[in-house]
Amino acid sequence: MLIHWSKTVILAGSLVAFIAAAPASAQKFNFGTTPSAEEIAKIDIDAMPDGRGLPPGSGTPAMGKNIYANSCAACHGVNLEGVSAAGGAALVGGRGSIGTPKTKKTVESYWPYASTLFDYVRRAMPFDKPGSLSNDEIYAVSAYILNKGKIIGDKDVMNAKTLPKVDMPNKDGFIPDPRPDVFNYR
Amino acid sequence: MTVGTKHTHLTYPDIDEAVDDDVRQHMEGMMEAEKGVLQAREQEMEECECKEGMFPNPTPGRRAFLLGAAAVAASTLPRGASASSGKAPAGAIEFDVPDDPTKVQGRLTNDDGGYGTRSQFESEARWRFPTKTKETSWTMTPLAESEGIITPSGLHFERHHGGIPTIDPKKHSLIVHGMCDNPKKYSMDDIRKFPSVSRQYFIECSGNGLTEFKAPFLKTVQGTHGLTSTSEWTGVMLSTILNEVGVQDGAAWILAEGADAAVMTRSVPLDKAWDDAMLIYAQNGEAMRPEQGYPLRVFLPGWEGNTHIKWLRRLEISDKPFMTREETSKYTDVVKDGKARQFSFTMEAKSVITFPSGEMKLPKPGFYEITGLAWSGRGKVRQVEVTTDGGKTWLIASLEGPIQSLCHTRFRIPWMWDGNPALIASRCIDETGYVQPTIAEINDVRGLNGHPKFASIYHLNGIMAWTIGADGTVTNAAHKV
Ligand code: HEC
Repeated sequence: MLIHWSKTVILAGSLVAFIAAAPASAQKFNFGTTPSAEEIAKIDIDAMPDGRGLPPGSGTPAMGKNIYANSCAACHGVNLEGVSAAGGAALVGGRGSIGTPKTKKTVESYWPYASTLFDYVRRAMPFDKPGSLSNDEIYAVSAYILNKGKIIGDKDVMNAKTLPKVDMPNKDGFIPDPRPDVFNYR
Repeated sequence: MTVGTKHTHLTYPDIDEAVDDDVRQHMEGMMEAEKGVLQAREQEMEECECKEGMFPNPTPGRRAFLLGAAAVAASTLPRGASASSGKAPAGAIEFDVPDDPTKVQGRLTNDDGGYGTRSQFESEARWRFPTKTKETSWTMTPLAESEGIITPSGLHFERHHGGIPTIDPKKHSLIVHGMCDNPKKYSMDDIRKFPSVSRQYFIECSGNGLTEFKAPFLKTVQGTHGLTSTSEWTGVMLSTILNEVGVQDGAAWILAEGADAAVMTRSVPLDKAWDDAMLIYAQNGEAMRPEQGYPLRVFLPGWEGNTHIKWLRRLEISDKPFMTREETSKYTDVVKDGKARQFSFTMEAKSVITFPSGEMKLPKPGFYEITGLAWSGRGKVRQVEVTTDGGKTWLIASLEGPIQSLCHTRFRIPWMWDGNPALIASRCIDETGYVQPTIAEINDVRGLNGHPKFASIYHLNGIMAWTIGADGTVTNAAHKV
């Protein structure tokens, strides 16, 4: 019943908008509720290249070593070389290979932003226990991977300020989609 | 439309020495998966007297699904279900088959609990790309047996990165926030109150056909093209929601995020969100299937499947793209100069002949209707051309109307096969005038070094060809036209 009622309203609303030549955007249904700041914060887990969204906390390669060994190595390899049978890709290596016949895409060789590593581990890893690491642990394991990829130093601390400044080797490797790229137009 | 299956030794091309273990395992796995289906089909055909007939018993591959069916059989069965119920294909229940159905009463009305199953004689099913884990994997739609343009919901291709979540719609909500004046939280009931639209659209995974970049590899059209499906989708225009929340000046992107174990995310340009994007809750006239994103998914007509975020829980409006893993590490195409193309959203014009197609066998010379599917992420299909002489001459196929924008379009053309070897292919021209290129033309522009085996991996829309041998066997002839 409620549904029918609301549809009548939009019909009337858009007619009015049309006649008055007012933008349809003047009309609002106002369904739903206003989420609280806590409700948003609870699921607002993304991190952007410029650092927006990165949470408080920090970690170093040394702190990440154990976390990696316990939570990641089984699937990504003790030396981050990947474990085919577990479906976990290599996380380092292949630098300079992109676009050669031996192209090998890893965090080290391919990923343009360090924020993506934090963001991705935070949302999806460890694969078998997603969402189980604390922010400190995610900073630490990210630091460990970046260090193993020779992208940051042994003593570098990763946090909301330093992570966005990490200079990723393939940061200039991406271009916008130029398609259509074959022109057989009729 | 099943035609006798070819009896092959099911050999595949050698995998070159150069590829690493990972790629090799992947490829071997794919061959095994397709082989399993084909072998089961061969066995079935051997037992079938109609082997050389034009339209034999359409139950290829039954055996491949015995395991899945056993699980179904364990649940309560309607009266009349056969004692050997475990034999039913996925989605069917095995009933005893009377000698003469006019001499015995049939099954009881509504004894299926009020939700029907398909015939026990039909066994078309998706098959899974053999990734190492079943949580992150994909399945292909069985296009060879497809009719019309709609894909049955249960046969729609899938791609999951963290398995299929089980979500109670009563507990699910969508939060819209970021650069907007009125952040909102919507229950599923709220979403359903908005004015709705229903549209028929295809979704194609940008990885569709990735095995065929360098040379013919998989044998069936399900393997080479099965990552595209069409449904009727119902939901609310995303523009309606954007209007509600009041998008602020300077906003240009919107992040869509799923409530699965991968918490899947993609950044979508706001222009698309305002244009024709939808939030979907129904598919083919009923609630959307869990594998497709139940209870709510983003739909971006004509764009690569990965962007249609399933199990949608959050939309965040922003000035910049979020650069998630799926738009950097994945779904980017490394081309000639070593640069990677990013945000390659549109699925370009493409077509494929679904009958006759790989691993079928035409029993004898004579009349056949060639048929297939065409689609374009830039609008309507304007024309489909078919060659039966390897590309020397192209004939215009008839298109089944109404032709819909961003939707599978069925094409058909009658053909008298004279019994000589033939090389058949189709090409699509969309309403922008874009002509589906050859695979060689695509590789010329993009190069072959994006991946040790699969070139640029994504966005292969080249012409697909099949050869028909003098004995009627149909074989993958990608690159030959
Ligand atoms: C149970 C196996 C498993 C464990 C444990 C695991 N991963 Fe993964 N990881 C995977 C799989 C499988 C994928 C691919 C997921 C997909 O297909 O989307 C992946 C993907 C990744 C990627 C993206 C790789 C790329 O090139 O896109 C990163 C980075 C990553 N994992 C980091 C980690 C970290 C850090 C940990 C430990 C905190 C971890 N993983 C634990 C299996 C695992």
